[in-house]
Amino acid sequence: MIKAQIEKTLKASDNPLKIDVELHIPKGVFASLYGPSGAGKTSTLRMIAGLLQPDRGLITCHKNLWFDSDKNTTKNPKYRNIGYVFQDSALFPNMTVFENLEYALTNKKETKHLHQLIELMKLQPLCNRKPDTLSGGQKQRVALARALVQKPVLLLLDEPLAALDNESRIELQDCLLQIHKTFHLTTLLVSHDIEEILKLSDQVFVMDHGKLTQQGSPKTVFSQNSLNENFEITGKISKIERQGIQFCITVCIENTPIKIMAKKSEIEHLKVGNKILIGAKNFNPFFLKPKK
Amino acid sequence: MNWDPIILTFQLASVTTFLLFFIALPLGYWLSQTKNKFKPLIETLISMPLVLPPTVLGFYFLIAFSPGNAFGLWLNEWIGIKLVFSFSGLVIASILYSLPFMVHPIQSGLTNLPPSLHDASTLMGKSKTTTLFKVLLPNCKASLLTGIILSFAHTIGEFGVVLMIGGNIPGETKVASIAIYDEVEALNYTTANVYALILCGSTFLILLFVYLQNGGSLKKHKR
Repeated sequence: MIKAQIEKTLKASDNPLKIDVELHIPKGVFASLYGPSGAGKTSTLRMIAGLLQPDRGLITCHKNLWFDSDKNTTKNPKYRNIGYVFQDSALFPNMTVFENLEYALTNKKETKHLHQLIELMKLQPLCNRKPDTLSGGQKQRVALARALVQKPVLLLLDEPLAALDNESRIELQDCLLQIHKTFHLTTLLVSHDIEEILKLSDQVFVMDHGKLTQQGSPKTVFSQNSLNENFEITGKISKIERQGIQFCITVCIENTPIKIMAKKSEIEHLKVGNKILIGAKNFNPFFLKPKK
Repeated sequence: MNWDPIILTFQLASVTTFLLFFIALPLGYWLSQTKNKFKPLIETLISMPLVLPPTVLGFYFLIAFSPGNAFGLWLNEWIGIKLVFSFSGLVIASILYSLPFMVHPIQSGLTNLPPSLHDASTLMGKSKTTTLFKVLLPNCKASLLTGIILSFAHTIGEFGVVLMIGGNIPGETKVASIAIYDEVEALNYTTANVYALILCGSTFLILLFVYLQNGGSLKKHKR
């Protein structure tokens, strides 16, 4: 069980952001932190990792104390045994893929697990290449493998899939799920992609302005306001137009735009660029295989 | 023609650059990482030689190192070093005079690296020294090269500081820039011209090498 009760005021921006969150993540669970940009998700992740010092609070991981402001105790990040994947992959440009993985070893002679990872994540063809010759998806696959070299107890993922194309994202999502199950990891993913969270997570924490606003299973959290859906899908709003007394919302789902009619009260809190979950009930679907 | 001033100039530039690199490296690293409240003060002091007339710096060195003063006397009597009108004095003065030319590129090279590289290495349990030498420095080679070459070239071009602290002792402190001044005063324009051409040519080649290397042109040719 990861327990993190953290308070921190970030003074860097014009409006100071006060982060005040309490997360409980059971062992072996894939959890996600969801929220808009600037909500404090990455800072929360960095505080759990020990890269940022909380002002107050308590962090424990499987009963090991990592941070306690009352006892003035802080465990150095290097002793926390954390796997961390950064949004920009953070692969060392001066090293080849293999050297990047090898650098993470605590004992240079114990390479068995490293070779297992290379095989499991199909990295053999990339081993002698430098990071700047890899695609975004390949970079993140290597970064994920590197984060697992030290057999971490906790895997922290800071929007590792945000900059990837759809195909690479789906491939890496499957890889993440496989890794999470194979190594019995406890994983915390920062993401603002509802679809991704629904696919990967057992538990989601919704953050806004530094506070937790909702938590629970992704399905419950993201469909809280609509009952008995028979169908649900997520997409991004690309246009909102007024048509008489109603509004027409154009939502892009996997690059396919669909139009949905909505009342004024339904669109009040929506704007172009928002990701939304569309639910429908009591409908009779038909299924067709798309023509190639 | 006497080649001593040219040889002495390149000796001074080499020794200064070598020592300066090892002084500027920890200083540049510290400045790139620290949030210490005295950082602006330290940065200001390091940058002073950029704006001060070299004679000001040379004047204070002369006062400080003079055996007539307490510090100079202490150096002379206790350590046996005479820094005024000597090659060692020139090296120390040159190190301080060229300090910003080495510290600034190293500091900016390290600051411009993505912070995630440092964080990733820290989370892998690597020490600050290992992170610096295995991850950070190899990824800002262009900045290191710029620092080394600019310091070398800048030391070659010194005049005011060298004149104040070194004087004009042939074979010991008479570097090329001072030799040119001397030859012009003696109306030996041909010799002055040779010295000047050598300085022009060498500094041109050094700077051209930096721009080719940092612009990637040399790498392209290697491929």
